[in-house]
Amino acid sequence: MTVMQHIWIVLGVLFVFLNIAAGLIWVERRLLAMWQDRLGPNRAGPLGLFIVLADTLKLFFKEDWIPPFADKWVFILAPAIVVASVLMGLAIVPFAPGIVVADLNVGLMFFLAMSSLGVYSIVLGGWASNNKYSLLGALRGASQMIAYEVFMGLSLMGVVMLSKSFNLTDIVAAQENMWFIVTQPVGFVIFFIAGLAETHRLPFDIPEAESELIAGFHSEYSGMKFGMFFIGEYLGISLISAMTVTLFFGGWLGPAFLPPVVWFFLKTFVFIGIFILMRASLPRPRYDQLIGYGWKLLLPLVLLNLLVTGAIALWLRS
Amino acid sequence: MISHLRTMWLVFIHLFKKKVTIEYPEQRVALPPRWRGRIVLTKDPDGGERCVGCYLCAAACPVDCIALQATETEEGRRYPEFFRINFSRCIFCGYCEEACPTYAIQLIPDFEMAEYKRQDLVYEKEDLLIDSQGKYPGYNFYNVAGLDAGVKEKGKGKDEEKPVDVKSLLP
Repeated sequence: MTVMQHIWIVLGVLFVFLNIAAGLIWVERRLLAMWQDRLGPNRAGPLGLFIVLADTLKLFFKEDWIPPFADKWVFILAPAIVVASVLMGLAIVPFAPGIVVADLNVGLMFFLAMSSLGVYSIVLGGWASNNKYSLLGALRGASQMIAYEVFMGLSLMGVVMLSKSFNLTDIVAAQENMWFIVTQPVGFVIFFIAGLAETHRLPFDIPEAESELIAGFHSEYSGMKFGMFFIGEYLGISLISAMTVTLFFGGWLGPAFLPPVVWFFLKTFVFIGIFILMRASLPRPRYDQLIGYGWKLLLPLVLLNLLVTGAIALWLRS
Repeated sequence: MISHLRTMWLVFIHLFKKKVTIEYPEQRVALPPRWRGRIVLTKDPDGGERCVGCYLCAAACPVDCIALQATETEEGRRYPEFFRINFSRCIFCGYCEEACPTYAIQLIPDFEMAEYKRQDLVYEKEDLLIDSQGKYPGYNFYNVAGLDAGVKEKGKGKDEEKPVDVKSLLP
């Protein structure tokens, strides 16, 4: 592949995903409204799509305030980390044969590393805000991430065992005959729950938890800095959805009447929809419930899944 | 887990339920006739002002948004010299309507009163007076009042007895 092609792919991925993240503002508000028997934003532009523009403009023109008691440089840095780390994570997702920014042979590890780096934005943002609620949110975020990071990685090891590769293109290719959702259903469920906690989306949004922590780690943020957290969250949803599709639902694979990229994005949007549906329907667990659930139930379960998968893989080989 | 999935399914099928939103400027809200909205001053069937300037509405108003000054015609009929309602204060409680002895002040089903300037929310008498009898058609206070204010003579009203001649000794 030439250098120009690489640059085009990088720009294309950036363009598509930043637009998806912005478009999700509209998608989420419309879907949430529909599920609450309302209509949602439908005034600005066709179907209310210009709400995206209006929201973005509003965020740009808001006062970009840094509280005098905040740790200025860390405060500025924190929102950038979440967007950067998620965008880095998107680099290894194969959208179609040949359309991937970096076809790393340790792609899965890179994804896990990048999604773990996202926690820095929460911790640093909460710490630099110098505000007790933000700090509480940051603490919660950190412990939630650590708890869920552990078995997020472990839940994917079943997939790695079956496909014998960390490279995501190979993993998708290994699903040619059968998607891994069939052979790894437990892995899928646990990965999805961990992904939910990883993006700290509702119902696992305890670092923010409006009703108890007043938006938690980003309560001091305004303007486009808050917007970065916002976009980072939507990008995180897209990334986790894309990874779920890649790892368990055969990535770009699908009947030939649609091009592979279309299949990939169709599947991804289904999972984005499920993310929003979970926000619309499920209540937030208590903090200790969430952590206890992670360590006491999901971790043993994922280890068991790993054990059984390994045993069956060995048995099939012999 | 099962209950969570059930919850998600139940929320999901709301996608196909009828929406409760009324898309306001195009679709109108159905307001019942007794809905308490904009305040008006109504008129008698013969076109005279019903308000007799008794100040009861101003006294009943919990937010003191009504101001008026009563005066009289040569015939002895009272009417407000000015009548002012500050709608930026009004809470549309309807106490003025309840207090009004002549059915003059009434609340009607209209809420589209938005203004760009706050001062425009202060309605004067000519803004409040409407050329209608409102909720009580055919009612004329001076038909049932004892006073002769050009509507009927003393003692000619419905169920009204002749005035007693105080200078006579006969019963």
